[in-house]
Amino acid sequence: MKRYDLIIIGAGPAGLSAATTAARRGLAVVVFDENEKPGGQLFKQIHKFFGSKEHQAKVRGFVIGRQLLDEADAAGVQVQLNATVIGLYQDKEIVVKIGTEVHHYKGDAIIVATGASENMVTFPGWTLPGVIGAGAAQTMMNLHGILPGKRVLMLGSGNVGLVVSFQLLQCGCEVVALVDAAPRVGGYGVHASKVARTGVPFYLSHTIVAAEGDECVTGVTIAEVDSNFTFIAGTEKHFDVDTICLAVGLSPMSQLLKMAGCQMEDNPKRGGQTPICDAVGMTSVAGIFAAGDVSGIEEASSAMIEGRMAGIAAAHYLGYLETQERDAALADLNTALDGLRQGMFAPKNRGKAIAETEEGIAISANLLKNGYVADDEVARFPGVTHRTGVHPVIECTQNIPCNPCQDACPKGCISIGSNITSLPIAVADADCINCGMCVASCSGQAIFLVDEDCGDGTATVTIPYEFLPLPAEGTMGVALGRDGKRVCEAAVVSVKSAKAYDKTHLLTMRVPKAFAMKARFFKPTMLKAFEKCEGGVMQ
Amino acid sequence: MGERIAEHPILGVLEKGQPVKFTFDGKELEGFEGEPIAVALKAAGLMVHRYTKKEHKPRGVFCAIGRCTDCVMVVDGVPNVRTCITPLKAGMNVQTQYGTNV
Repeated sequence: MKRYDLIIIGAGPAGLSAATTAARRGLAVVVFDENEKPGGQLFKQIHKFFGSKEHQAKVRGFVIGRQLLDEADAAGVQVQLNATVIGLYQDKEIVVKIGTEVHHYKGDAIIVATGASENMVTFPGWTLPGVIGAGAAQTMMNLHGILPGKRVLMLGSGNVGLVVSFQLLQCGCEVVALVDAAPRVGGYGVHASKVARTGVPFYLSHTIVAAEGDECVTGVTIAEVDSNFTFIAGTEKHFDVDTICLAVGLSPMSQLLKMAGCQMEDNPKRGGQTPICDAVGMTSVAGIFAAGDVSGIEEASSAMIEGRMAGIAAAHYLGYLETQERDAALADLNTALDGLRQGMFAPKNRGKAIAETEEGIAISANLLKNGYVADDEVARFPGVTHRTGVHPVIECTQNIPCNPCQDACPKGCISIGSNITSLPIAVADADCINCGMCVASCSGQAIFLVDEDCGDGTATVTIPYEFLPLPAEGTMGVALGRDGKRVCEAAVVSVKSAKAYDKTHLLTMRVPKAFAMKARFFKPTMLKAFEKCEGGVMQ
Repeated sequence: MGERIAEHPILGVLEKGQPVKFTFDGKELEGFEGEPIAVALKAAGLMVHRYTKKEHKPRGVFCAIGRCTDCVMVVDGVPNVRTCITPLKAGMNVQTQYGTNV
């Protein structure tokens, strides 16, 4: 039996953060993970993260994953992969299955960072091949480069359902519908809007009646449900699909903690069976800590902070850190964690219907019902103003802890202030230089650069664009509205790509000026005009 | 047929292992070394990995991370191999699993 100062179970964002933090304090740390590769789910997250600059907002998940691995390496953390921890006992001994052998280790402290697993719902046909978890879709397309399906129906409008729907669109799948039994979109409105504007219809208060097919999925029927979640007869809708994706929540994988005799509770606000922990993340068993989703479902950003806190707490528990040092380190991390737990989507608000923003502005009813802010609702938000010349239009309408746009603008055109959940304001007397940094920095893809009147009856609208093929200058097409429906003809006048934009291209389209505040997506209808001309000369 | 993503707008072109041949139910297929067996099968358009023991119902990939065991198949004569997390090797013999196949 080998002994370590600290054993960490799970090499995801929480586990790796904990490992690096503890190793830097001098502890001998090993991390066990059942997977072939470390990083947990981070390497499947290809969107830019929300949050503040200090917490790597606007950095894509897989890039954060690489950084965590490099840090762990540099700190001398040992990560043992393909190693499934199958037992955790009260005296902090673990048994690990590696290959066909079972090994026995002892830790003076243990941090359980096993994460969460996906929830399921059942309906006739749910076992058919072609019904997959949203995580499976992410694994296939973002790790292994294969389409999960061609025509997909997504069940679940939480952030996972919304983000994965967008990712499916990015790799070329058709998302035929986004369906949720709840009456309101569960995830961030900005995530919903970037899906809705591409033309994906939302069906709230709907769920799956049955999946069809003999050997695999060939279709699906959904129907509306009443407030008791009972189907309303006559509301059935049918879609031909080859894939049904389930994104119906996550549950903590807390079995090991229970096995070790840690006191548990069933806490719906935390996502299910979670350990009861003290202020530093220690469970009822001295020396066993929990961090990340296993102690309550949140985001990867909070998991990383919780991991660091557990690493600090474990170092103190083993005498590597004075109480005073611990408290100072924890105070900073607590402040950061607290910042992420603010706003409408904070854990404490889970399940609550929120009618107004912190500023007292009525929430867009259409956003919650259909996934986009209606044209007649958008003007009431402080990021949406009219100006002469190019200016940012910030369609951010919910209080979420996120502020990269404020720092992105070198001219101070966007202000959030010190309260990270405040809605961004378009600053009246600042001069936009059309650099595009705000558009590319918005993790929610909710900022547009608009010149409402170019003087010739047209307007230009710059949108974030993360699809292939990238339309070339001169491409003709249609502009789609926030609702994903055609509003007018449009022509691409410029496509900007820069390292600082981090793969978010800035596509500027010209539209009749009447549609400046309506056109929010571009769909090409034909190849670039005169593409076949000798030398590609543009007219 | 399944479809591989040639170029991804964020991830670019994915690095893959060497192309290798393997057999599925006696048929020769090609995949990339080191990718999960299930991915190579999906690229070939296969959906059904096994049939359940009692009701002979089809099952395929469900979680893709080795938790649900829906995608198990007989690999090189060994049943109940989780194909979504087992790396493909040249010459592997992959077979549809009927029941427990033991």
